[in-house]
Amino acid sequence: MIGKLARSVREYKLPSILSVVFIVFEVILEVFIPLVCSDLINFIEGVRMPGADEAIWHNFNLLNISTGISFPGDLEASAIGYVFIYAAILLVMAGLSLTCGLLSGMFCARASAGFAKNLRKDLYYKIQDFSFENIDSFSTSSLVTRLTTDVTNVQNAYMMIIRIAVRSPLMFISALVMAFTKNWFMALIFFIAAFLLLGAMALIPKRAMPIFNRVFKKYDSMNLRIQENVHAARAVKAFVREDYEIQKFDTAATDVRKDFTKAETLLAFSNPIVYFIMFVLILITCTLCTVFIVNGKTIEGYESLGGKLNLGDLSALVQYAIMILMSMIMLVMVFVMIVMAVESARRIVTVLGTESTLESPENGVKEVADGSIVFDHVDFSYAGDDEKCALKDANISIKSGETIGILGGTGSSKTTLVQLIPRLYDVTEGSVKVGGVDVRDYDLESLRKNIAMVLQKNVLFSGTIKDNIRWGKEDATDEEIVAACKLAQADEFISQMPDGYDTYIEQGGTNVSGGQRQRLCIARALIASPKIIIFDDSTSAVDTKTDALIRKSMAETLPDATKIVIAQRVSSFEGADRIIVMDGGKISAIGTHDELMKSSVIYREAYEIQNKKSDDEEGDNAIA
Amino acid sequence: MPSLKNKPAGVMPEGFDAANVSDAKTLKKMLKDHKKQQKAEPKKKVFSRILGYIFKYYKARFVIVIISIIAGSIGTAMIPVILMLLTNTYIEPVNGGVPTLGGGDTGVLPLWTFLVICASCYIVAVGFSTTYNVLMARIGQGVLYYIRRDMFVKMQSLPISYFDRHLSGDIMSVYTNDVDALRQFICQTLPQLIISAVTLTALLIIMLVYSLWLLLIVLAIVGVMIFVVTKIGSASSRYFILQQSALGKVDGYIEESMHGQKVIKVFCHEEEAKKDFDDKNEMLCSHATKANTYANVLMPVLQNIGNILYVIIAIVGSLIIVLHGFNIGLGNAIPGFDMGLIAVVVGFLSIAKSFTQQIASISQQINFVAMARAGGNRIFAIMDEPSEEDNGYVELVWAKRTADGGVEPSDTYTGLWAWKHPHKAEGTVTYVELKGEIEMHNVDFAYVPGKTVLHDVTLYAKPGQKIAFVGSTGAGKTTITNLINRFYDIEDGKIRYDGININKIKKPDLRRSLGMVLQDTNLFTGTIKDNIRYGKLDATDEEVIEAAKLANAHDFIMRLPDGYDTMLESDGANLSQGQRQLLSIARTACENAPVLVLDEATSSIDTRTEQIVQSGMDKLMTGRTVFVIAHRLSTVRNSNVIMVLDHGRIIERGTHEQLLEQKGTYYKLYTGAFELE
Repeated sequence: MIGKLARSVREYKLPSILSVVFIVFEVILEVFIPLVCSDLINFIEGVRMPGADEAIWHNFNLLNISTGISFPGDLEASAIGYVFIYAAILLVMAGLSLTCGLLSGMFCARASAGFAKNLRKDLYYKIQDFSFENIDSFSTSSLVTRLTTDVTNVQNAYMMIIRIAVRSPLMFISALVMAFTKNWFMALIFFIAAFLLLGAMALIPKRAMPIFNRVFKKYDSMNLRIQENVHAARAVKAFVREDYEIQKFDTAATDVRKDFTKAETLLAFSNPIVYFIMFVLILITCTLCTVFIVNGKTIEGYESLGGKLNLGDLSALVQYAIMILMSMIMLVMVFVMIVMAVESARRIVTVLGTESTLESPENGVKEVADGSIVFDHVDFSYAGDDEKCALKDANISIKSGETIGILGGTGSSKTTLVQLIPRLYDVTEGSVKVGGVDVRDYDLESLRKNIAMVLQKNVLFSGTIKDNIRWGKEDATDEEIVAACKLAQADEFISQMPDGYDTYIEQGGTNVSGGQRQRLCIARALIASPKIIIFDDSTSAVDTKTDALIRKSMAETLPDATKIVIAQRVSSFEGADRIIVMDGGKISAIGTHDELMKSSVIYREAYEIQNKKSDDEEGDNAIA
Repeated sequence: MPSLKNKPAGVMPEGFDAANVSDAKTLKKMLKDHKKQQKAEPKKKVFSRILGYIFKYYKARFVIVIISIIAGSIGTAMIPVILMLLTNTYIEPVNGGVPTLGGGDTGVLPLWTFLVICASCYIVAVGFSTTYNVLMARIGQGVLYYIRRDMFVKMQSLPISYFDRHLSGDIMSVYTNDVDALRQFICQTLPQLIISAVTLTALLIIMLVYSLWLLLIVLAIVGVMIFVVTKIGSASSRYFILQQSALGKVDGYIEESMHGQKVIKVFCHEEEAKKDFDDKNEMLCSHATKANTYANVLMPVLQNIGNILYVIIAIVGSLIIVLHGFNIGLGNAIPGFDMGLIAVVVGFLSIAKSFTQQIASISQQINFVAMARAGGNRIFAIMDEPSEEDNGYVELVWAKRTADGGVEPSDTYTGLWAWKHPHKAEGTVTYVELKGEIEMHNVDFAYVPGKTVLHDVTLYAKPGQKIAFVGSTGAGKTTITNLINRFYDIEDGKIRYDGININKIKKPDLRRSLGMVLQDTNLFTGTIKDNIRYGKLDATDEEVIEAAKLANAHDFIMRLPDGYDTMLESDGANLSQGQRQLLSIARTACENAPVLVLDEATSSIDTRTEQIVQSGMDKLMTGRTVFVIAHRLSTVRNSNVIMVLDHGRIIERGTHEQLLEQKGTYYKLYTGAFELE
């Protein structure tokens, strides 16, 4: 999983590494500062000692290393000189530490934002290459979540890993090492305290987590209840159920409150535990150090446990104690965040690891000879639904230029049938030929460019009407766009819009009516002058007159194109050469209107219901 | 932080009673003119209102919390003092040749006693810390509960127009994201800010006592820190906003293209989609880099300024010592005060670290304060929305028939209902039988003042009649029915129900007398039985089944695994559209109201299911006054009157036959020359 994600780091490897490098420097500087300070304090304390050996002042020792620098002169003057050296060293260290902090922050920001960008891009590209089957296997909303929330979660986790997951353990180790050089016994105490803290911090979430999981379910169902109420505000008011809903909500909200309180109370103990360990540790450090220092100086031959200590060392050890505990707290926090991101990472990897089930063949046929279509003993079943055949033994031969209607109830596989033509799915058995060539032998793009399909679930994209129509043909001139719109009977309403063809379509096409949307989608499909046109219930929201006009103008302008029309309305088949009646995944009948009126019960019933005469009068008012 | 400080400590709930005016910003611009005079400024009051909630329900406990926080924080602040005392009392005298860990006749507290005293103080401090953490968990969840409840109660009282103006996603986000922002604020930010404030104050006092010189240095550096935090913070939030808007664009684009993925494939538009996406993604990346850079450097910069402070204190302290400088602190005023300079330096080094840490934690909370302010504003904006007004006084009561054919109130359910109509002027009460007669006289209506959508609508529905509305989307069919149950109030004209102006009828009673099958079939989480019972909460199982049978829903319910006890998930997603519609009809059937409004939405169901739904509706209509909105004309043919609506006007009216004879719009619709959109 990590390997797959790491592949998206790419050009941001360098910033990521640099960021870590600078963090390492920063941490090292940060732990050295108290060390040098303690040296300074020890030095100062030494200066004040009566009868201090003058000889030592003429050789400046930093961290017990002789530097060879010396300030001759009287004691006080040289001491000032030494303090300034300390000052210079310490300020340079602090300045460097600041620089490293800045640089690591910058590189980290660049690395994590870049990683997120690449990850998003990889996902998006992957999805673009998905086949219909792949798309079906993920729901749209889950794909959106993966591309948005999940990427953000992983991005944050990446940043956390670079910054804190590196910094905290490093800080822990270096502070511990520093403490060790001062006094190994104190270091041991720090180490034990850190692990006590870690244990306590880890134990509480572990106990609280199951409660939280339970509460989150209740919380979700409470929110669901609210959402329901927002959606159903009219129903609630119409039935005057406001008080009833409030009562229901109150029960849910009280429940949520009770459980959350329980879980949070448990968590509430983690702060005091941290405090407790911190206080105890600092008190122990202070007292033990005091004992060591005082006894070391007053009792002859006193061996303090862990090494000799001075006042400056005490001050440094207190800092290290705090650093060690803090790094542990941060580590636990980061760990929780990373755990939360794992689920997101897993979802992303699932998409990245999915291979398209449908590939364009190499050196595929690029020319589509004509619009003839042959279904040769085609069986088809959707992935993961093998036993249920969506299409069984379909045999049809359609001549180029023919107009074919397809009728059938919900679930009769009308859409399935036509989706095999532009190879949106691959047949399970048998073959589909277009222009005499198996669709699997075509270059996918060449095949689809020659087949215009208006999908049942039609989508316009945000952008102007022109932009949307140009989807069908990128380099279409304005004249071609107008011509296509006229063909789709859309020109009239477009011209009436204030901005005409430059009218902006909102996301989801919400600012045009259903019928208008359908006509725009038809125009978008027709502009490419395709060899095959497929309408999948594409005129359901268009009135019968316009519907007829579209069919008429299509027949006139595109006489050579094969036209396949799926419709609920029998009237939409007017002018069709043949009509296919589908039933339960099988072709139940093929023929002209007259033939089918005689041979197909389904067709005749549909025709009769839709053309019911007004002669049955008031009768249907009766009580059954 | 500042907003917390500049308010009186005990803001009581009265603080937010006054603010029942609406926050003009949340209203969409269409109502701007209308509400201009009500421009309110509850903005500043967000935090005082939050505190108001805390004090209203948890006054005593919150006071305990504050006391505990103060006690606990002083413990943290005292660590440097302990260091100083240890140094001064035990370590430094060593250099003077006094060998002691205290005790005996030295006059110094033995070190172990000192340790025990400190330890007991800290155990008490830890006790306080536990107290406030546990109490705060309770207070936080409790306050959230009250806020949620108040918001929900308020929401139930809001007029329908509120839901028209606000997207459900936006409302939901207030309940989830904004309440969550408050949780963060109440449970973490607020205590943390108090802790930091108390600790900083305590540290300041300690510094003041021990060394004025070093205090000045600390203050100067802290000034730099605050300056840097504000600078970086404001740059960070500026880029953060840019990042959010870029993120919004990318998310929007992703959502759009995922929904249209199949269209993209059919048009072989993948490459263009990739290119468009790359542009937006690049933009997001560049803003995110900047925003994160500022956010990332804030902490290291603060910490390292802290390091510089640490270094400067060490150096200045050393210099004072080496030069035998003079240290002044307020402590010097206390008789017997004696603190060696070296001990002070050691203590100040520790103080410098604590100070930096507190400022860092305040700076981390700033974002949460901003988020809580924004979230709180939206939450209180909902609470401040004006509720639906109801000035009605006519009530619906059980009735029984009197000897002379009139009605009088009854104590038991008789199947007969009456309008109880008090006449204030005469001080009398009359009872009018509920028959279901509806009249509309010259009704005009506008959703937005000035944009009239219904013009001069006049109609009469006698008890038991069926009135149908036909017309395209937006013609005003649903609007008319929404005026009868007063989802909206008319602008001009009159609507009478059994001769009573509907404005005089209490809204709940009016709505109870109208059975509605709404266009959107919203079902509720719960069993099928619960959903049907929604129409009449005390309906017996037999009544529920009877209603289901009437609506033709019984058969399919019996086929479900658990029959009437089948649980419906999220708005009945496990049912087909037709089944949901049948349940919605059954629900209204269960209510058994004398007047029905059937706003059918059969366009999305296939012909066969529609016939089943239709016959369910037909059975329900018998003997009731019915307003029916139809998409397919076959369903309205047998109406007493059919009204053809166009752009908010009734353009044709009459029976089916009359309208056919007129050869107008209805005729064209009927013959299929015209389809409704």
